[in-house]
Amino acid sequence: MSEISVETKTSERVRPLRADSKLKGLWTDIVRNRVSYYFLAPFMILFLVFTIIPVLTAFGLSFTYFNILEPPKWIGLSNYRLLFIDDDIFLTALGNTLKFAVVTGPVGYAMAFLLAWLISQIPQKYRFFYTLCYYTPSIASGVAMTVVWQYLFSGDRYGLLNYWLLKLGLINEPWQWLEDVNTILPIIMIVSLWMSMGIGFLAFLAGLQNVPRDMYEAGAIDGVKYRWQELWYITVPAVKPQLLFGAVMQVVGALNVFSVSVELAGMPSPLYAGHTILTHLHDYAFIRFEMGYASAIAVVLFCMMVGLNRFIFKWLGNKE
Amino acid sequence: MTILSGSMVKGRRVDWGGVILYLFLSCFAILMVAPLVYLVSTAFKPLEELFLFPPRFFVINPTLKNFNDLLMITSASTVPFSRYIFNSLFITIASVSLGVVISAMAAYPLSKHQMPFRKQIFSMIILALMFAPAVTQIPQYLVITKLGLMNTYWAMIVPGLAAPVFLFLTKQFLDQIPDALLEAAKIDGAREWVIFWRIVMPMLKPALSTVVLLSFISTWNDPGPAMLFTTSESMKTLPYALSTISGGTGVIAQAGAGAAAALLTVIPSIVMFVISQRMVLETMAHSGIKD
Repeated sequence: MSEISVETKTSERVRPLRADSKLKGLWTDIVRNRVSYYFLAPFMILFLVFTIIPVLTAFGLSFTYFNILEPPKWIGLSNYRLLFIDDDIFLTALGNTLKFAVVTGPVGYAMAFLLAWLISQIPQKYRFFYTLCYYTPSIASGVAMTVVWQYLFSGDRYGLLNYWLLKLGLINEPWQWLEDVNTILPIIMIVSLWMSMGIGFLAFLAGLQNVPRDMYEAGAIDGVKYRWQELWYITVPAVKPQLLFGAVMQVVGALNVFSVSVELAGMPSPLYAGHTILTHLHDYAFIRFEMGYASAIAVVLFCMMVGLNRFIFKWLGNKE
Repeated sequence: MTILSGSMVKGRRVDWGGVILYLFLSCFAILMVAPLVYLVSTAFKPLEELFLFPPRFFVINPTLKNFNDLLMITSASTVPFSRYIFNSLFITIASVSLGVVISAMAAYPLSKHQMPFRKQIFSMIILALMFAPAVTQIPQYLVITKLGLMNTYWAMIVPGLAAPVFLFLTKQFLDQIPDALLEAAKIDGAREWVIFWRIVMPMLKPALSTVVLLSFISTWNDPGPAMLFTTSESMKTLPYALSTISGGTGVIAQAGAGAAAALLTVIPSIVMFVISQRMVLETMAHSGIKD
């Protein structure tokens, strides 16, 4: 069957031009390439059922009141009105998420690129050791590492951090790191930064290792003198596709903070100091079962992620 | 030039740039690894050392008692700890193997065939890269309940299979493999399916091992599906069970066992990375988003 399609491929390539209508041409084109669609089918079906339809459903549900037991009831924009005007906790969550994203996004991204660049400066045989050291935190299960963080930031004088600070005389009494409103968010940020050398870091590392050597030689001839000039005029443009990919991943990660916050500060965290958009979503969706309202939260998060990424595409993408 | 020569001493002069570079990289490495070292050390600490004051970073008299305790604590409860390990292993292996085949199958026509809607499908994948799966949680939950999949292994495997990142990475890698090889096989009369299994799959090896690594890490570490799609204790996975063993803030009774369980959870991911890192880097070099 597929042998036939292979044979006819070359002879039929001209035919769409002669077809009566474009639609008919498209249909024969689809039929001729049906094997390609068979290959795509398993992915596309799952993608449709678990990504496309859910996204559309979330948009639809966000305009309804839906508690799972009764069928959804259309209430127009009132979920959004409630969300942005009356729900103080959501505004706290939004603020926390933005603060978190503004800090961990750019810092994590810059750190990943800088470390990858430094690693690419050392000889091949030593690179793996450092890569492993930097990458391991991001693959260590966040839940598992809670054991360490809770000990490090423990509120009594048995906590490692408190012990050292007391000993150095910087504080007079143990500080409640994970219960104090002022320190919860910074600690979540630090832990997330520790875990942030993820897929973007690997992409940078690989991209930097594969910048053609002769580009540097050409650069030297053209008058590149300092290493930072080399970095700015040769290296960065050469790894731009990876930079874009890393940025997209970073935005998603920065807005997606959930488990670190819940594991460290609890849910709800003291005075909602570690509350994020995702914890708010989780609260309404799976604890209060207000699916309509929770969908509105999901839609806001979705728009933030896609909007920010579109912006990054405009900024980092090819302008030509 | 850019790459420093192997030794830090060039001729008779000390290369200070190199020394500072290595010093910085090493200090940072220690900072990054310290919490992990602490985890390992805690997992082997006997009870009296766990609550020693002043707190100690390294273990003095290592013991395996914590691992023993872990099995004892949970054997007393209704579900033995081995059940969580089995659940996690089963779900991860199923997700990884199915996910790899599904992404490779989808990447092949998207990269090598000229069919209608190819561009549109790929830009949809790029769009899907831009948001986290978390935003689709609610409808996914509804779909899973409607399909009657609650409390089954299916519920924890199927939703994660069609991950856009995996398809994206595989497709970008496949793009740089020359078409000539595939055309040669076509001229020899090979069917698409044969071409896929005999030629494309072996060539995709680096990309596939990358997908294996990433999909392993995300499935193995994610407590989400078990949290959302199960209500029964016996269907819990390792990371979800872990949050109940350590008991949250302030519970110190099982600190040692918690650390032991945490260590068991962390090790497989690290081993996977060490095995696959060379191929991962080879794949990642093509991970960029062009145009």
